[in-house]
This record gives sequence, C-alpha cells and structure tokens, in this order.
Amino acid sequence: MSVDKNTVRRVAKLARIAFPEERLEPMAGELNRLLAWVEQLNEVDTSTVEPMTSVVKMSLKMRDDVVSDGGQAEAVTKNAPLGEDHYFAVPKVVE
Amino acid sequence: MSDLTGLTIAEARDGLRKKAFSARELTDAHIKAIEKARALNAFVTETPELARAGAAESDKRLAAGSARALEGIPLGIKDLFCTKGVLTTAGSHILDGFKPPYESTVTRNLWDAGATMLGKLNMDEFAMGSSNETSYYKPVINPWRRKGSNTPLVPGGSSGGSAASVAARLVLGATGTDTGGSIRQPAAVTGIAGIKPTYGRCSRWGIVAFASSLDQAGPMARTVRDCAIMLKTMASHDPMDSTSVDMPVPDYETAMTGNVKGLRVGIPKEYRIDGMPAEIEALWQKGIEWLKAAGAEIVDVSLPHTKYALPAYYIVAPAEASSNLARYDGVRFGLRVPGKDITSMYENTRAAGFGREVQRRILIGTYVLSAGYYDAYYIKAQKLRTLIARDFDEAYKKCDLLLTPTAPGPAFGIGEKTDDPISMYLNDVFTVTVNLAGLPGISVPAGLNSEGLPLGLQLIGKAFDEATLFRAGEVIEKAAGMTPRPQAWWEV
Repeated sequence: MSVDKNTVRRVAKLARIAFPEERLEPMAGELNRLLAWVEQLNEVDTSTVEPMTSVVKMSLKMRDDVVSDGGQAEAVTKNAPLGEDHYFAVPKVVE
Repeated sequence: MSDLTGLTIAEARDGLRKKAFSARELTDAHIKAIEKARALNAFVTETPELARAGAAESDKRLAAGSARALEGIPLGIKDLFCTKGVLTTAGSHILDGFKPPYESTVTRNLWDAGATMLGKLNMDEFAMGSSNETSYYKPVINPWRRKGSNTPLVPGGSSGGSAASVAARLVLGATGTDTGGSIRQPAAVTGIAGIKPTYGRCSRWGIVAFASSLDQAGPMARTVRDCAIMLKTMASHDPMDSTSVDMPVPDYETAMTGNVKGLRVGIPKEYRIDGMPAEIEALWQKGIEWLKAAGAEIVDVSLPHTKYALPAYYIVAPAEASSNLARYDGVRFGLRVPGKDITSMYENTRAAGFGREVQRRILIGTYVLSAGYYDAYYIKAQKLRTLIARDFDEAYKKCDLLLTPTAPGPAFGIGEKTDDPISMYLNDVFTVTVNLAGLPGISVPAGLNSEGLPLGLQLIGKAFDEATLFRAGEVIEKAAGMTPRPQAWWEV
C-alpha cells in the first residue's frame, strides 16, 4: 500500500489541515517510509488473536443518571477566539 | 539553609515540619534558581506569585500544626495539565492564550495536599517527541553536558522541561505524562527518577489528550522516594475519568523496606537489541549484579513480540491522536486563522497551529483510520497489543518484575536526530511496550557514561504493583550511589 500525492491531499482534507502543493510530495515520502516500517507487523499471524479493547482489566462504573454540572456558559465560551453573548462565532455557513 | 534547592522532597518536608526553614524561604530559593536558569528554557510560564501565595498558606498551616502531605513543597507542572486560570499550551501554537476554566484532577490533588506551583513546564508539542525539539516554545536544554564540551544536548521528551527543571534544582519535583516513554526516557537522560504508573492509577481528567489508551501521568523527582511521595498524592479514583481505577492507593513510602530478598527479577532477552551501545549493556549487567547482591533472584524471561511494539505504537498512538486533536478547530479556544469559509478557517488554523511532527502524526492517524485501512492497520496493531500484553503475563509467571535499560543511549545533541523520524522513535524502544500493556515502569538514575552523561535503568512491574518498583528501585539507586548533579553552567 503506497501513498501518493493525491492520497496525501485526500487525507489532509479529511484531517482539515491546509497543505501547500509543494509539501504533498515530501509528505508522501515520509508517510511511505513510516508505513513500510509498520508493515513488519504482517510477519505475525494474528488470525486467532482478539484486538485489545481495554488496557487494564476493569469494568466500567455506572453513575446515577442525574445532572451533575451545568450553567457554565461563561466558562465554556470564555476562551473562544470570537464570540458574543455566550455564542461561538464562525464564518457564515448557510447562505 | 544555603542549599534549599538541593533538598529532596522528603528532606524539605521534614525540614519544614521541624521549622528549619519556612515554606516562603524554600519557595523563594526556587524562584531565584528559576530566574537564573532561563537559558535552559524549561518553563513556558513562570508563576512565582502563585507559589508565594501557596507558601504563605503553607506557613500558616505549618505553624498551626495542620500540615498536609505535601505542605509547602514547590513543584513544576508539565504544560499538558490544565491549570485553572493559568496559560496551558501543550507546547503548541494552536493553544495560544488558552487559560483553562478548570483544574486537572492530578494537579488538584497536589494543591489539596499543600504543594505549590512554580510554573508550567515546556514539552514536545502535544507530547509528541523524545527530545523536546517539537515544542512551539523552542527546545529545552539539558542541564548536563558532555565532559569538556559546550554542545547543547536534549533533555529527552516529551516531559523535557520537567526533567531539566528537576535535574537543575529549579523545582523539587515535577509532573510528567508518559504515552510511549515520555516520563522515563527524559528522566534517564537527565539523571533523575520518574515513574509511569499503571494505566488507570492517575486520573487523566484535565490532561490534554494525546493517545487516550496509552497516556498516564506520573511524578518526576530526584529520588525514588520522592516519586513515591508524589504518586501517593497524584493517584486517585476520579468519577470524571471512567478509566481511573477505584482501588486503594498504597502508602508507597512505607513499602520501601530496602529488602528485595527473594524477589524474582526477570531479564527479557529481546531487550538486548542490535547495535546497543556497550555502555548500556554494561550498565544493565551492573543492575543485575546490584539486585543479585541484595538477595534478589535473577530469572531469564522472553517477551517474543517486543520488536513489534514500536511499529504497533506508531499506528495506535497517531490514530488516537488524530481523533483527539480534531477538537482544535479555531472555534472554541486557542488560535484562529481566518479563511474564506468555515472549512478553510479550520484548515488554515490547523495548518498554522500544528507543528510538523504533529501534522505528520495526524495524517498517519487519519490514514490508518480511513475507510479500507482500519482493519489492516489499527485492528492489526491492537491485536499485536494483545500479544505484547500476553508476553508480560507469561513472563510474570516466572518473575515479579523486570529489569531493562530505560533508553538506548545518553542524551544526544540538539538537531542530531530531527531529520529521521524513525531514528527518533527508537528512543522509546525499551519503554513503549509498557504503555501498550498498561503496566507501571520506573526509571532510576544508575550511573554516568564515559562522557559524564547520566544513564537510567528501568524496572517494569505487574499491573498496580508500583510498590515493588519503588522498593527495588531504591535498592538500585543506593547501589549506584550516584548523587547526580550537573554543573550549574546556565546560571547568570
């Protein structure tokens, strides 16, 4: 599985990172080196192995289904680069 | 009095209680040391006023005889921990100006026990790095230098500011986080101790997330005992983090009996990697001899999937990072770079806000999670993780803990490894298995190499058995008998 320029462009789009045209090719090279390196995992037959889903053996706790926090609009919006009246402001989305 | 910054946490705690000095004096000595050490670039933000306010409160409590566990102990905090009202950057441009409206559980635990904050410590951007060179705030410089050389060396990473500030006597201890070795590797190359506890021992709430199934907070300090003291307070069950475990935190300090008689120490043969420097091999051998001399039993064990740990890590960690870092979009906090519409605003913000290594890992993570590749990469890596964890389970049928080197070499020069990501990733070859399996691992300062640079040994334990690591770690620390202290060349 080899990554080309177009794949980098597509993945960068998925990741929402603007990528200048001249960086696509070098990044394809970097990703290919990394992917070639991780290919070695295919040496191991894992057909009968379950993927890890929990790092330590523990069961998740249940908590009471009640409101435990809220009314924090000021704190929640305080760090926004742009906003007013406890709203986040973004460029116009709908015409 | 003259050398308050040279005390261990245990000594400072006892000195404060005996009124040999005040919390204010202890704090001021550290603030002065920090001011003189700006050449190390260990801090992103200094908070002397917070430290002094905390010290005033501590002095009142000490006078009233109501001192808490860490009363008056000044600490540094890795800039990955959210601290209420204090700039928290994760070493990234994208968190410009972010002042969290809440406190992380780990730091809350420390303040509730009377500790105070000297400032926020520099780190690799989003904890992605092994040298501190990916920080937006420029690299931290290792207080150690090669004998007869002025070449600036890296302090390891990602908790490089934590390691450098502890080694340079700027703080009595520091918090770190460890996703693939980010506490243990910097601890090793700066001559200090640091432990990554078992996954779930410390709450991750309020710690900027990198790879959620691997991240764990832990203490970094100059002695094993100091790490034990700090971890006792840092660890807790927390309803805000469903992966934090609800089990008692032992009194690690009293578990440090100095007795390792009959303890079975496993030596994993796969850690004897190709091209390992002779000095690392020799140090490992010394560690074996020290533990043997103290009455421990040495057992050969095998961890056959060790070589697959790093490649598995470089699928799992970027995959989780690409998901976690999706939140940085220029809307709710930090940097925003305008664009012609909302999508280009996201793209421009993330292009300007993330550094090269972070972008590389987000792209890798996005790729391995994208349609058609998920099974081939992510699921495959999680299966290898099962096998790696199983290796440890098998080994622990024959032994109680494992002894390995912490890092494959001493501190290297700034810029020496930045061109080749994979050679940089190899710094974590001995530490990353521990994160994948969720186990605890401690790095103990164990000697200096021929160039006078510190090296560390790692002990790996069974899940939730940090107590044994502290007990055996102290035995190594004492046998090594080094009081590693770099020359204070940085003082102005």
